[in-house]
Amino acid sequence: MITVLFFAGIREEVGMDQLQVEKQDITVSQLKEYLQTEYQLSSLQQVMVAVNESFVTEDETLKDRDTVAFIPPVSGG
Amino acid sequence: MELFEITHSPISVEALINKVSRREAGAITTFIGTVREFTKGKKTLSLEYQAYEPMAVKMLSQIGDEIQQKWPDALTAITHRVGKLDITEVAVVIAVSSPHRKTAYEANEYAIERIKQIVPIWKKEFWEDGTKWIGDQLETVEYPEGKPSKGESM
Repeated sequence: MITVLFFAGIREEVGMDQLQVEKQDITVSQLKEYLQTEYQLSSLQQVMVAVNESFVTEDETLKDRDTVAFIPPVSGG
Repeated sequence: MELFEITHSPISVEALINKVSRREAGAITTFIGTVREFTKGKKTLSLEYQAYEPMAVKMLSQIGDEIQQKWPDALTAITHRVGKLDITEVAVVIAVSSPHRKTAYEANEYAIERIKQIVPIWKKEFWEDGTKWIGDQLETVEYPEGKPSKGESM
């Protein structure tokens, strides 16, 4: 099972802070495709991804109990 | 004492200065990021900052490590506030101490530039006619490798 976290505009689009996905051994880009289809998200293209609080690339493979966060372009400061 | 923090309360600049104050320092620079009323002529009523808090703290501390590598004699403390902020309120404070002033100035500017690149914090603008989550404001941030580079300024 993978925990997925949403922030900022994506959080509002999805309508929730987080969700659990019953999957493992899939890549980040496969997870993106799955979520885009399942939740009709407009775009996850510009969005960076962190696994367990570290930035990763699209080809990273997700393991059971990983926490994946979608990070839209940041605007702190 | 934590050098890198996300807080839900008003930030004390004095407290940040005290964190980096030390006998070897001949200079302390502070950067205070505040909520601006007008951006490109558009009036902001208030702002809301949201953070992925544990990762934001990690990334702030990574910026501290990067500064340590570039300027070994600098000591940095950063606090970023989240939640709803009014015009003129303080959103972020960066304090850097160093034996000589040039390092404290340079490292401080480096810190705010890196915050705008890698720290998972977002702001939502509230205007008279609506709201919006702001992305990369200058549209200059690209991630050719799919993620921000480590260490190098982009």
